[in-house]
Amino acid sequence: MKIIIQRYNPETDRVPYDELFEIDDAQIQHDTMLLEVLLMLRENDSTLAFRSSCQEGVCGSDGMNVNGKNHLSCITPVSSLTQPITIRPLPGLPIIRDLIIDLNLFYQQYQSVKPYLQSEPLDSEHEHLQTPEQRAQLDGSYECILCACCSTSCPSFWWNPDQFAGPAALLAAQRFVIDSRDIKHIDRLQELDSPTKTFRCRHIQNCTDACPKGLNPSRAIQELKSIMVKELP
Amino acid sequence: MTTTDPFSSNALQSTSFDAIVIGAGGAGLRAGLLLAEAGHKVAIVSKVFPTRSHTVAAQGGINAALGNVTPDNWQWHMYDTIKGSDYLGDQDAIEFMCEQASHIVRELEHFGVPFSRLENGKIYQRAFGGQSQNFGEKQAHRTCAAADRTGHAILHSLYQQNIRLGTTIFDEHYAIDLLHNDGGAINGVVTMNMQNSEYQILQSPHIMLATGGAGQVFRTNTNASINTGDGLGMVARAGYPLQDMEFWQFHPTGVAGKGMLISEAARGEGGVLRNAEGDAFMKKYAPNVKDLASRDVVSRAIAIEVNEGRGCGPNKDHVLLDLTHLDGDIIKKRLPGIRDISMTFVDIDPVEEPIPVFPTCHYMMGGIPTNINGEVLTQNAEGQSEVVQGLYAVGECACVSVHGANRLGGNSLLDIVVFGRQAAKVISEKLSDNPAQDLPQNQDSLHKVYTRIKNWYNASNRKHGSTDDDIYKIKHDLQRIMEQGCGVFRERESMQKALGALPAIEERLERVGLKDTSNIFNIERLAAFELENLVPIAYATIASALAREESRGAHSRIDFEERDDDNWLKHSLYFYQNRQLDFKAVNLQPKSHEPFEPKKRVY
Repeated sequence: MKIIIQRYNPETDRVPYDELFEIDDAQIQHDTMLLEVLLMLRENDSTLAFRSSCQEGVCGSDGMNVNGKNHLSCITPVSSLTQPITIRPLPGLPIIRDLIIDLNLFYQQYQSVKPYLQSEPLDSEHEHLQTPEQRAQLDGSYECILCACCSTSCPSFWWNPDQFAGPAALLAAQRFVIDSRDIKHIDRLQELDSPTKTFRCRHIQNCTDACPKGLNPSRAIQELKSIMVKELP
Repeated sequence: MTTTDPFSSNALQSTSFDAIVIGAGGAGLRAGLLLAEAGHKVAIVSKVFPTRSHTVAAQGGINAALGNVTPDNWQWHMYDTIKGSDYLGDQDAIEFMCEQASHIVRELEHFGVPFSRLENGKIYQRAFGGQSQNFGEKQAHRTCAAADRTGHAILHSLYQQNIRLGTTIFDEHYAIDLLHNDGGAINGVVTMNMQNSEYQILQSPHIMLATGGAGQVFRTNTNASINTGDGLGMVARAGYPLQDMEFWQFHPTGVAGKGMLISEAARGEGGVLRNAEGDAFMKKYAPNVKDLASRDVVSRAIAIEVNEGRGCGPNKDHVLLDLTHLDGDIIKKRLPGIRDISMTFVDIDPVEEPIPVFPTCHYMMGGIPTNINGEVLTQNAEGQSEVVQGLYAVGECACVSVHGANRLGGNSLLDIVVFGRQAAKVISEKLSDNPAQDLPQNQDSLHKVYTRIKNWYNASNRKHGSTDDDIYKIKHDLQRIMEQGCGVFRERESMQKALGALPAIEERLERVGLKDTSNIFNIERLAAFELENLVPIAYATIASALAREESRGAHSRIDFEERDDDNWLKHSLYFYQNRQLDFKAVNLQPKSHEPFEPKKRVY
């Protein structure tokens, strides 16, 4: 099996370059995940740098661009990939080393949408009541693991990562806009109502295509826009 | 390659805080939140971005006697937890946790956790193993759930609330070792910024360890690769004991051959375990509650079925978790995460086919000994418990001990938030009485850390640095030793062999070289630091398990099959520095409730 990985260490390299790795096919089973292959490669070349943690698709550490598409390596079977497998860091943000990118702008955009519940204060004897239907509204938005596969596949985010909130942040924004417990509904909509922050989304749908959790940020942003159009003056 | 000396100036930059929390999982973030809310200058240090912490992987739920589905009160929960612990849990701590549970769950709901809901709008609660009504009578529905992503929902909500308060978080910063002042009080920590290998001292009179578990010490485990027991390593090197380390929970339903967790919620919603003959075998082992017996009981039952030749698959090495008789919509709605895992990793849709499962190392019941306030405890020369000044531990890295010899499902998420909040409360009160001041560090303690760090910088020049040994090989060997010597079933001979194999691991770790000399995200150097933390954990585990000549909870000895309360109703304390074992009494005196006397544990 042939794997081409983009390497870059700012201490020694002026620009990123591709390196070809080969691994014996006998080491690969039909259900081997890409992360397992990367870990095998690292055992031979300990300088190969990538993030990983949970190994089961819930922590979001190991987002990377594989054969041109963003994936979590731990839930991507190598048997599903055409060879040679070409791996690059998630696109559009600065590279720290090899497949590790600087996610600061991504996190800043997430924080900028105030992704936290703001509700009526209640004493600890009471729950906010929420019907199963109201709760079901949140399905498809609270499951985001902040892996950045969506935002780093989005051309609008590539051009303006400092201004456009990007699909992950807007998915989080939509989750709180529609949470029946949140009382800042209108304030949230007003803050999001900007040509760069929300309306820079062109619904190319790369985000939805890239989401390894099967979420649909594009639809969430569309809903957000339509709520704004209906409810804001 | 020249050796880069990170300390050429020989003085690290230091920054002071009122309190420092190490670890940004559920326990660390809950603590950070309270401290930030109270207006203290708090720093959270985490080797990963907070939402990558392993709390995110908790699936099934968090226990609280809300009584939303079946009648309930916290004393029943207390009884179940003590029984689940096989009576090794401290009853005062369990009482405290169970009494706080309803408040803490409602508080989480107020923080935004999207709990699943009942028709009346209240939080959904499901059945979980070991949970009963009225002291063992009927199954209780006590486990509050957000589908099967409860840990994810809680971790993200806690992180989000910390964003609201602007808590200072040093993410991708690795805590290497603790510092103390001349009086012995812990007052600082040396950290490494993983992105550029810059070291600094963070100082504070209140340092809280919330570094999570250490399941990476076993080969097959449900843990994230970051779960290397970093807090335990720091405490062991500082000369303090680790408590009850022989108790490791093997979760009954890891995906066979892989280790990903299939939540107990799958059985809570009605899933059944079957052997190769299609027999729902749990009725033999736990006639009353069957598949919802506690985890140690179910794990052993599966291991026995396989050992006796009734395992499934070509190698007869696993059993099946059957959900096919359940309503497919229930699976999709209540267990979407485990359906994903099953389809992703074994290409099986549990709506149509049963999932192959086998017990997998999951949770560390032992850890850093603490009292209810999260203050770390050691033993003084007279054998009495004593608080380590300035040091706190909460969550899986701590042993308070609410799980004793076996943890019940749904109690780990509860543990982290209850004690994360409580320890932070105590620190906050102390800070109000006595604000933090800049504190000089003891020079010896600083030099010890310098030496340890420099060691890994010089490693590329070591004599044996060019051999074909490496950090990853040593780690694999350690994991294999642990699995073979100290797994689900234990006996003297295999444990002695395992213990005898550890010095060679230590020696290899002293001689091994690093091939990566970069200062930018050097994962090999990080793995070396982590492995130095796993070694004391391995020692503590085997030494404590070898000494404990009885079977209790998750500690199951072939050569001592019964529980022995006369000799072993006590906690073990392992001191790594002089490789010594000590013991202390179990607390059987809750504050407001009558003690629960040990009795035979049947489900």
